[in-house]
Amino acid sequence: MLAYAIRRFGQSVFVLVLMSFLVFIGVYAIGNPIELLVNPQADEVERARAAAALGLDRPFLEQYWVFLKGAASGDLGRSFVYNEPALTLILDKLPATIELAFVAMVMAIGLGIPLGLVAGLKPDSFVGRAIMAGSILGFSLPTFWVGLVLIMVFSVQLGWLPSNGRGETMMVAGLPVSFLTADGLAHLAMPAVNLALFKLSLLIRLTRAGTREAVLQDYVKFARAKGLSQGRVIGVHVLKNILIPIVTVIGLELGSVIAFAIVTESIFAWPGSGKLLIDSINQLDRPVIVAYLLVIVTLFIVINFVVDVLYSLLDPRVRLGGAAASH
Amino acid sequence: MAPKVEGPWARFRAEFAESRLAMAGLLVLLAILAIGILAPVISPQNPYDLAQLDVMDSKLAPGEKSAAGRTYWLGTDDQGRDMLSGIFYGLRISLGVGIASTVFALAIGLVFGLVAAYFGGWVDTLIMRIVDIQLSFPAILIALILLAVLGQGVDKIVIALVTVQWAYYARTVRSSALVERQKEYVEAARVLALGQARVVFRHLLPNCLPPLIVVATVQVAHAIALEATLSFLGLGLPITEPSLGLLISNGFQYLLSGKYWISFYPGVALLLTIMAINLVADQLRDILNPRLRK
Amino acid sequence: MLRTLRLALAALAILGLPAAATAKEREVSIGLQAAITSMDPHYHNLSPNNSMMLHVFEPLIKRDDNQKLIPGLATSWKAIDDLTWEFKLRKNVRFHDGSPFTADDVVFTLGRVPNVPNSPSSFATFTKPIVDVKVVDAHTVVFKTANPHVLLPSDLASVMIVSKLHGEKAATTDYNSGKAAIGTGPYKFAEYVPNQRVTLMANYGYWGGEEPWDKVTFKILTNPAARVAALLSGDVQMIETVPTADIGKFAKDPKYSLVDKVSNRVIYVHLNQRTDTPPPFVTGKDGKPLQGNPFKDARVRKALSMAINRDVIADRVMEKRAVPAAQLLPDVFFGTSKKLKPAKHDPEGAKKLLAQAGYPNGFAMTVHGTNNRYINDDKIAQAIAQFYSRIGIDTKVETMPANVYFTRATKGEFGYMLLGWGTESGEQGSSLRSLLATYDAAKGMGVTNRARYSNPELDGLIGQAMSTIDDKKREALIQKAAEIAMNDTALIPIHYEVSTWATMKNHRYTPRTDQYTLAMGLKPAK
Repeated sequence: MLAYAIRRFGQSVFVLVLMSFLVFIGVYAIGNPIELLVNPQADEVERARAAAALGLDRPFLEQYWVFLKGAASGDLGRSFVYNEPALTLILDKLPATIELAFVAMVMAIGLGIPLGLVAGLKPDSFVGRAIMAGSILGFSLPTFWVGLVLIMVFSVQLGWLPSNGRGETMMVAGLPVSFLTADGLAHLAMPAVNLALFKLSLLIRLTRAGTREAVLQDYVKFARAKGLSQGRVIGVHVLKNILIPIVTVIGLELGSVIAFAIVTESIFAWPGSGKLLIDSINQLDRPVIVAYLLVIVTLFIVINFVVDVLYSLLDPRVRLGGAAASH
Repeated sequence: MAPKVEGPWARFRAEFAESRLAMAGLLVLLAILAIGILAPVISPQNPYDLAQLDVMDSKLAPGEKSAAGRTYWLGTDDQGRDMLSGIFYGLRISLGVGIASTVFALAIGLVFGLVAAYFGGWVDTLIMRIVDIQLSFPAILIALILLAVLGQGVDKIVIALVTVQWAYYARTVRSSALVERQKEYVEAARVLALGQARVVFRHLLPNCLPPLIVVATVQVAHAIALEATLSFLGLGLPITEPSLGLLISNGFQYLLSGKYWISFYPGVALLLTIMAINLVADQLRDILNPRLRK
Repeated sequence: MLRTLRLALAALAILGLPAAATAKEREVSIGLQAAITSMDPHYHNLSPNNSMMLHVFEPLIKRDDNQKLIPGLATSWKAIDDLTWEFKLRKNVRFHDGSPFTADDVVFTLGRVPNVPNSPSSFATFTKPIVDVKVVDAHTVVFKTANPHVLLPSDLASVMIVSKLHGEKAATTDYNSGKAAIGTGPYKFAEYVPNQRVTLMANYGYWGGEEPWDKVTFKILTNPAARVAALLSGDVQMIETVPTADIGKFAKDPKYSLVDKVSNRVIYVHLNQRTDTPPPFVTGKDGKPLQGNPFKDARVRKALSMAINRDVIADRVMEKRAVPAAQLLPDVFFGTSKKLKPAKHDPEGAKKLLAQAGYPNGFAMTVHGTNNRYINDDKIAQAIAQFYSRIGIDTKVETMPANVYFTRATKGEFGYMLLGWGTESGEQGSSLRSLLATYDAAKGMGVTNRARYSNPELDGLIGQAMSTIDDKKREALIQKAAEIAMNDTALIPIHYEVSTWATMKNHRYTPRTDQYTLAMGLKPAK
């Protein structure tokens, strides 16, 4: 276990270095930040001064080397636009995004698994079909469109929910959270639903497929024949069988929800890191883009690791280290 | 016509027809495909030919007539583009982009996933870490880089979507191939000392394929929605050649002002398309899945 | 727990009465379209920042709604000779902490401006001409310049005066935290959350009189639909830059009022004339290269201008919130010529001119533009392409985000470039110099002349105007320069953007030409 963790850590460092290099090349390819930062009326002297102040006058590889040296000592650079350490900016915004993603994921799981079970146990019933038809809505309509329709109905027409921003926060374990206050919940409701919709549909479909397979398998039939209650059969035997693929997908999607809540955050003006990322990309604020993606990769690595550990707990046949261990 | 001995194809057809919903989905899908293919023939206007558009006819409501006396049954958008023609052509582009990107992403993901699962060890590690990087690279950044380096176009959007999606497939394929690899037939093939490529592609691949094809049909819908989102962010197709997604995101800004038709009708078309694809795909999955056979 | 419960009850009350609860008597929320990147007034020369800073800080000279210079912290100023300016400072002005404003603060400010670390766009451009500052007494300063600098008052209108007492050891972060953000302006700094909001409180002792608001919150709502929704749902009482799609709605709805004003921003086209060979994305209709660069021929440029129906663009694409343009600034501004009129829409005439220039069957080109920088930029590009396709030019449209576009446009990678230009100084000379003077980076001439248009006669007039202190004579020179440039179709002006603001009916905003959104312009309406 320890050796496995150490090996994964080594690989992670490699991933982070490679990632940062790719982002550097990518931003370099998109355009020159000076074009966007410097006032268009400024002359050549001012442009040169700004380039020098931001370190953009040096050769590309040297810029990357400066970044690497800083990164090794924990300094990911300062935002070109805000003149704050990039990491500070991101860590300020990340809790809001994680909260949004977390609430959306809880909604998706809390609704998706039960609905999927119903649809899988009674695939030919009206309810089963209705659930499946409804789930199609979830991933066929673009997120931005659904978001605006939600705002039109609940903020503009009915006046029930605020259309933008994050509500009042409370400090819990040193982090500001908003889902414990009523004002916070009111602000959270629409963006969370908007973000959850796609995951909800996906989970319904996965659970249904898994359930349909499981109920036909011998051990479930056997459990039923033994006279176990329906609830116990579903809760223990069926659910256990469908958990592995669901954990995989939740792992994949949780990361993507946190990283790419961009569209939802910009429609609802949610002050999270997705909005920071898109604004940084628009202004080619390279230090923030690089630092942001490094934070996200780290997050992915941690999630993957947790998912792998969960596998081994859920299914003893899976050994940590996967393919490597069996060679 | 009906064969006496029930062949697999006939059996397949019979099973598919069991669900009336799936049959309806299939009919709609065929109709949509027909519209997409025949768009240049059946559209009242070529919405991509700027000479045929007149900005004086912009934002007309459904059923209104242009200055020249022609009726726009579904209204016009902000450039005076006939929405009906726009939707016909948009279907063509959206389906094309969705299908092409899924096929390519699937092919690439399949190869890398299989190779990772079969060889294991450092090959597996390397591929999976690349997958990690790919999965954490936002689609918008990839699309932006490609736009800056390659310029705009349908082929570029397909490249962007493939780049975003292949990693997802690679990871899914790898996990199902890992299970498959433990089975006897692969061991047997190995014991027979068959070439590695042969074991992977002739034995492992066919056994991973059927469920994946069904997943891919669902992903076509996802690709179409993703293209719409990129268009919304200004990174999609050329605005003079709108897809369904681009029509929706162009009309999006008129939602609050009551000019609903600019994004509503393309939305309905997109919904119908995706629903039809999914109804068919669901039934296919149920039929093809051996574990569901009674 | 009790606290949570109380909050819950309070929030429920708010939910029940959304409009009534947010419209607290002396509080107001305003939705802005772009982020404020700093509260340091000398860190980033960027319109949204400059607009925000005017609440907390003040320059020596201010600009009114029409960008005319008016007294700010200076009550009067005059040029003693070509190189010397004397400024009289306002007396009895106090910073927010009660400390008095004196000439020392002006000296300190001029010293700080060029020395802000990591500044991505410095204000030194405005202070550089000043080579020496003399304090005559606590309320009189004298500036010396090395060369005659006619724009000195205009430049100083962009430089906010900071307090020496609080600014001496302060870095940009101290302004962002509020520690050093202590100015003389009508509002005090309360809170700055990057990319999210800025909160200000009234400065009750303000020398110019009290403002009607105790508390002003600026919310950053970059997404246009989010901005509109926030106003419709009562989360804010005013928004800037109303999306064109929603203008009709706000103009009609009795619950809101819409104000607008023509701005200092022109949307124009640069035609790439860098080479004698055809520019990028311009070919024959069969895809074969053309002989020579058609954009070097004034007849082709004129034809391209005449083919555009500016009225239709203003009417249909911009919902009447645009004014067809004849030059670089609307003709109410300094240095503009009343003789210049927008080119008449004349497709037949355009075809004839093209034929005379040797393109009787037209050619093929791509219109390049942004899709997230100017109001309806991608729609304008499409409409223009429609007009060209009617005079026999095969036209494609390619639009892209600003971050990709400007780098490529500056490198000259496009042929037909749709662009925009806001004249912050409010006088046309500076725009002619940046956009149309022959490119010479070292002399600061034509720095944004992406077309590399070059006309020695024009260069001569611009140079002459730059060293003429007398306003009347200078204006005549600039007007003549503008006429020469526009009659040569040096660039194709399309229209001037009209800025829009929408407010709740019980608020009234006084619109401005500089597109700034100021709480000082917002009053309760009776």
